[in-house]
Amino acid sequence: MEEMFSRLAVFFQMPFVRYAFIVGILIALCASLLGVTLVLKRFSFIGDGLSHVAFGAMAVAAVVGLTNNMFIVMPITIISAVLLLRTGTNTRIKGDAAVAMISVGALAFGYLLMNKFPTSANVSGDVCTTLFGSTSIITLKEEDVWFCAVLSLVVVLAFIFFYNKIFSVTFDENFARATGTRVSVYNLIIAIIIAVIIVIGMSLVGSLLISALIIFPALSAMRVFKSFKSVTVCSACLSVFCAAIGILVSILANTPVGATIVIADIAVFGIFTLIGGFRSGFKS
Amino acid sequence: MSQLTCRELSLGYEGKEIISNLSFHVNAGDYLCIVGENGSGKSTLMKTILGLRKPMKGEIITGDGLRSREIGYLPQQTVVQKDFPASVKEIVLSGFQGRCGLRPFYTKAGKRIAMDNIRKMGIEDLKNRCYRELSGGQQQRVLLARALCATKKMLLLDEPVAGLDPIVTADMYSLIESLNKNEGITIIMISHDISAALKYATHILHISDELFFGTRRQFEESKAGKRLSVLMGGEF
Repeated sequence: MEEMFSRLAVFFQMPFVRYAFIVGILIALCASLLGVTLVLKRFSFIGDGLSHVAFGAMAVAAVVGLTNNMFIVMPITIISAVLLLRTGTNTRIKGDAAVAMISVGALAFGYLLMNKFPTSANVSGDVCTTLFGSTSIITLKEEDVWFCAVLSLVVVLAFIFFYNKIFSVTFDENFARATGTRVSVYNLIIAIIIAVIIVIGMSLVGSLLISALIIFPALSAMRVFKSFKSVTVCSACLSVFCAAIGILVSILANTPVGATIVIADIAVFGIFTLIGGFRSGFKS
Repeated sequence: MSQLTCRELSLGYEGKEIISNLSFHVNAGDYLCIVGENGSGKSTLMKTILGLRKPMKGEIITGDGLRSREIGYLPQQTVVQKDFPASVKEIVLSGFQGRCGLRPFYTKAGKRIAMDNIRKMGIEDLKNRCYRELSGGQQQRVLLARALCATKKMLLLDEPVAGLDPIVTADMYSLIESLNKNEGITIIMISHDISAALKYATHILHISDELFFGTRRQFEESKAGKRLSVLMGGEF
C-alpha cells in the first residue's frame, strides 16, 4: 500500500504528469458528451471510422515531414465527419457501409504510407502508438497536452451552448426542421465537434480505442437514468471517473494508458447493466 | 385570406409525379382530413406542407397571420425515439426550439407555457417520467403537447391514432376535437380511418386517381364518398 502511494507520489512530482492527468480527464469528459447522440443516431461506429481517417492523415503528415501534424489531421477528419453525418438516410450507400468503407480505406492507406516511407527506425512502434495510444502517460508529447487542453475547453463550452439544440435535432429531426430549427447547421456543428473530440482523444487512447471512450459512458448511463440531462451528466461523470482510475492504474501497474481506461469503462458498463437489470426487475 | 393555400401542386420522387395538379385551401378553424390509400402520396404531401421537401410544381402559400414555420406537427413514431432517454418535460420544451434562434436556453415564459400544455393534455403526473416507458397513447399526448408549444394556430397530425386501442383512440379524437373547437386551432389530419374522418372533419381531401377536395357534405355526395360508404356498409 505504502509502496503504491510513494510510486504515485514520485510520478505526480513531475509537473508534466500532472498536466497529462488533467488533460486525460478533460478528453474523457469531452468524449462522453456526444456519446448519447451518436448511439441514438445509430452512429456508434463513426468514432472508429473517423479515427482511422485521422490515422491515415497522420501518416501523410509524417511522410510530408510536418512538425505539427494537427494542421493536416484536423481538417481532413472534420471534412470526413461532415461527409459521413451528411449521408443520412437519402443516399445510396447507407451510414454504416459508408463508415466501414472510409475506415478500412484510410487504415490501409495510412499503414502502407508508414511502411513505405518510414520517418523513424521504429515503424511498428509508431504504428502501434497511433493505433493504441501512448504506452505510458510520460510518453505523451508536451505540445499535444496543451493542444488537447485548449480544444477540450472549446468542446465543452460549445456543447453547453448547443445543448438544447442537439437534443431537439437528435430526438426528432423532422419536427425540428418543420418548426424552423436550422437542422443542417446543427448537424454540421455536431459533426465538427465529433471530429475534434476524436483527434484530441487519439493522443490519449489511440485510434482503435477512441470509440470506447465515446460510447461506453453513454451506454452505461442509459442503463440506469431516464432523462437526457441525467444521462448526459452521468456519462460525463462516469467517463471522468474511469479516466482517472485508468490513468492511476496504468502508472501503478505499468500498463498502456488507453487500454486501461477502456477496461475501466467496460467494468463500469457491466456494473450499470446489473443495476439497471435489478431496477427493472423490481418494477415488473 | 386562407391560412394555407396549395395551388396546382405536383409532387413526386425523382421526376415521377405521384400527385399532380392538386389545389386546396384551409381556413382558420377548419378540420381537414386527408384520406387515401397507402402509397397515394399522403406523407409526401404532408412533408411538402411542412417545408421538408419542395413541390415539383405549384406553390404553397400561408396567410391570415400564419407563418410557414408555425405549423405544429405530430409525427409518427421513429425508431430513434423508442429507446431515447428523455423526460416528458424535456420533450415538450423542445417544441420551442424553432423560436429560440441562437439563444442557447429556454425562457421562463416558455417553461410556463410548456407546463400549461402538459396540463392541457392531462399528463401532468407523468412530467418527470421517461418517454420510452409510457404507453402509446401517453406518448402521443406528449408529442401533441410539444406540437402545441410550436404553434397556436395550426396542427398537422400524421395518423395520430395508428397503433392505439379503441378506447385510447376515442380519447385522442375527442382531445383533438376540443383543441379545434375550444382553442380554435386549425387541424390537418392524415388518416386511414374514414369513419372518424367523416365524424369529425369539416373538410375532406381524398387522394387517389381522382383528387377530391370539399366539405364533408360534398364528399358524402361525391362518387368516391359513395363508393367508400358502400364499402363501410353505408353507416354515415
